[in-house]
Amino acid sequence: MTAPTVAEEDALWAAMADPTRRRVLDALLEQGEASTTTLARGLPVTRQAVAKHLAVLDRVGLVAGRRRGREVRYVVRPERLDDAAEALARVAAQWDRRLARIKRLAESVQEQTET
Amino acid sequence: MPADSVEREILIEASAEVVWAVITEPEHISRWFSDEAQVHARAGAEGKLTWRPGGRGGSRHRQSDMIVPIRVVDAEPFRRFSFRWNHPHGSRPDEHNSALVEFILSEEAAGTRLRVIESGITAVAPDEQGRSRYLEDHRQGWERHLGELLDHVASSSLAGSS
Repeated sequence: MTAPTVAEEDALWAAMADPTRRRVLDALLEQGEASTTTLARGLPVTRQAVAKHLAVLDRVGLVAGRRRGREVRYVVRPERLDDAAEALARVAAQWDRRLARIKRLAESVQEQTET
Repeated sequence: MPADSVEREILIEASAEVVWAVITEPEHISRWFSDEAQVHARAGAEGKLTWRPGGRGGSRHRQSDMIVPIRVVDAEPFRRFSFRWNHPHGSRPDEHNSALVEFILSEEAAGTRLRVIESGITAVAPDEQGRSRYLEDHRQGWERHLGELLDHVASSSLAGSS
């Protein structure tokens, strides 16, 4: 996988920032493959709203639509989800480092107060 | 999918009072977080974190100070401390423009368990500074903990793809 460009990463962040969009993505992950209509059935939003969110997700490559007869079925593209996941992994790794430093500091402060 | 939160924890062999001091007092914060900190552990207090060029936080290539505003949400001594950060300078932070960092301390026989939860990470994306911070981190190749991600991101799909 090639590293996403700045513009691509921006678009990905923006696409993931909307809570409803994350629910659409969630539902799609659960169902594996679904049409706009079936997705809208399980969500508290209209079919039109789902279609709009799917369009945004499609644009950044998080989902892909495939024509099946008269309807379009959507699937999640896991490789793009990995990009988003990687961004979160970086944040997690930062906190691991910070927590490790907090631990070292606190334990040395504790030792000093005990002696 | 709680797609934009991470949760980490660590067990520290120190009292909750000591851990509290380390996470809330500027002279300590500048040894584990930013290079300089203006923080008051009081709900609603505004503060800022400053990273210097050449200082901590992978800022080797940065030419000028990076200043990140924070606002304390909750400060309950020895138990919990939370703040919002990375909102645009001069604006009031909320769930749409900032990330929330929560520290939760709990005393155990062996010491103090410190949990940190950062949520709303994607909300900071439109902000220039927050974005460039994440991008810079990206370029410098932070360690990747993809295995642990499964807790945070749609495990079924990722398991199938990696």
